[in-house]
Amino acid sequence: MDNFKRNKSVKICIPIRRVPDTTAKVTIAADGSSVNETGIKFVLNPYDEFALEAGLALREGAGAGEVVAVAFGPDSVQETLRTALAMGADSAVHLQGKPSADGLANARVLAEHVKGGGYDLVLFGKLAVDDYNQQTGPMTAELLGLPCATAISSLSVTGGVATVEREVEGGVETATCSLPAVFTCDKGLNTPRLPSLKGIMAAKKKPLEVVPVSAGEAMARVVSLSLPPERAAGVIVGEGAAAVPALMEALISKAKVL
Amino acid sequence: MSSILVVLEQRDGALRKGAVDAIAAARLIADASGGQVDALVASDRAVSGVDGLGTMGADRVLSVTDAAFAHYNPDGIVATVTDIAGQYSAVLVAATATGKDLAPRLAASIGGPCGMDVTAVEPTGDKITVTRPIYAGKALQVLELSGTPVIAVRPGTYPAAAAGKAGAQEALAAPTFTRRLEVTGIRTSAKASVDVAEARVIVAGGRGLGDPKHFAVLEDLAAAFGGEAAVGASRAVVDAGWIEHGAQVGQTGKTVAPELYFAIGVSGAIQHLAGMRTSKVIVAINRDKDAPIFKVADYGIVGDLFEVVPALAEAVRKAKAH
Ligand SMILES: Cc1cc2nc3c(=O)[nH]c(=O)nc-3n(C[C@H](O)[C@H](O)[C@H](O)COP(=O)(O)OP(=O)(O)OC[C@H]3O[C@@H](n4cnc5c(N)ncnc54)[C@H](O)[C@@H]3O)c2cc1C
Ligand SMILES: Nc1ncnc2c1ncn2[C@@H]1O[C@H](COP(=O)(O)O)[C@@H](O)[C@H]1O
Repeated sequence: MDNFKRNKSVKICIPIRRVPDTTAKVTIAADGSSVNETGIKFVLNPYDEFALEAGLALREGAGAGEVVAVAFGPDSVQETLRTALAMGADSAVHLQGKPSADGLANARVLAEHVKGGGYDLVLFGKLAVDDYNQQTGPMTAELLGLPCATAISSLSVTGGVATVEREVEGGVETATCSLPAVFTCDKGLNTPRLPSLKGIMAAKKKPLEVVPVSAGEAMARVVSLSLPPERAAGVIVGEGAAAVPALMEALISKAKVL
Repeated sequence: MSSILVVLEQRDGALRKGAVDAIAAARLIADASGGQVDALVASDRAVSGVDGLGTMGADRVLSVTDAAFAHYNPDGIVATVTDIAGQYSAVLVAATATGKDLAPRLAASIGGPCGMDVTAVEPTGDKITVTRPIYAGKALQVLELSGTPVIAVRPGTYPAAAAGKAGAQEALAAPTFTRRLEVTGIRTSAKASVDVAEARVIVAGGRGLGDPKHFAVLEDLAAAFGGEAAVGASRAVVDAGWIEHGAQVGQTGKTVAPELYFAIGVSGAIQHLAGMRTSKVIVAINRDKDAPIFKVADYGIVGDLFEVVPALAEAVRKAKAH
């Protein structure tokens, strides 16, 4: 990754989200519209790790600057913010409130923070692995009139201009824009570092500012949440190469996909 | 009466996949109240296939032709749609890489909610209810959208062509806008002829291959399907650098739903299943009879992939030759 010019101080915002661990077994809560949280381990959204790693690498390349992790949510997000601080973020902001099912309402809250922040870059995750909304980043950019590219798998910044790559069906799209800009980060961008023991100790002393906020009117409402139908149990058609004719027969006559 | 705008995607003058689904979904919403369906295409040249949009269910095709639309131009499309959004009760796109990029920008610009990657739409009074898989497909969310929502419809959801309509064509002037992001081009992948996200058949391999060069075994099976199969992979082999990350299927890779999915030397970790469990037919080949992949597979063969897959490739070639 090419970097900012050395000694130009950079300020980078990383909006992060606390999500259930990807191995968590999802069960529906009694209200019929949310997930049971008891017994679930919560982690930093995996795509936000790519964003954070990219931000840290850019700051290190520039030689000076600040990486700010920002989370909008209840008090439990402070634990996730500490994880980001342990990975190397310099400070954290807890936008204290209840996120909405309407991504635009959440984007408005984040945009309000970004607007006054003096950031060169805002790096989101491509998607949150709980709500799969894939919208908070580009909405925030649109609200602020900032250039935006989503799901980037490559990023370089030189002289105030960013060049990115993003995967599309059948190829890789390239794009450029000037800073400040908003990107959402995909797998392939980098390999996120793990928090070191030293980082974990240091994180306890780093600044974490709490700002009460509230999401405005929601135009999306969760009607229900349910578990998808189970796949009917399949059959083992046989063992080894000898089973190939039986498989072919099933694919041709029963499944009709050949 | 609610009319629906469908924003279509084109590349190099050809319509992209997903138009059928988005138009069919729009038709469903519009017909509930006697509204009409308009399809918008922005391009730098004539787009082939546009004359067929009527038979897919569009009443009108709005074309914006301008050099600014040679490549995907999100700022330009957002400006175009925002100008006319007041005439519509919802805006639909196909949930492709580009559609997923565009939908939230449109929603923020119009000031409506965004229903991302939906697998069903239903008009409910003056609102629209959508169904969407979340938590990597571990749960289905039903969401009620009010205002002027922007909805990204997952390709493959409404494949049936809707009733034929006239499909009158109309040209629209290009809007004035500030181009904040400049897409400079697309590098098409050198070897992958079929993209995992678009293939009818996926032949996916995992750590059971043992060595990157053994992907040749899978490529041969894919080739037996003659241009309709793509090679996919588990994260374990992508992270090991055996194959490019665009091939990864799963939670942090692609979500796919081909007609036929082969999981070969793939154990079936929950994050892998998240990306492929809605495939129509799943075939697993694994030497461990207790591998979790067999729990979601319709058909399984327990055995050494190096023995089974070549025999299978040969059988597919024979079947195809008939
Ligand atoms: C946050 C997070 C996100 C993730 N996202 C993804 C994702 O998007 N996609 C994904 O795939 N994984 C993902 N994973 C990783 C996932 O948990 C598994 O580690 C991974 O899917 C395992 O890959 P595998 O099946 O290739 O390897 P293994 O689990 O090692 O399985 C190899 C299989 O090959 C079989 N085998 C071995 N030799 C042979 C042979 N000769 N013939 C036949 N069978 C043979 C074995 O019996 C075994 O079942 C994610 C993990 C995390 C934590
Ligand atoms: N409540 C939140 N607080 C901070 N950032 C968030 C929040 N929700 C989503 N994001 C960011 O937006 C990205 C995409 O989330 P989503 O649009 O919900 O899929 C995440 O990866 C985060 O970077």
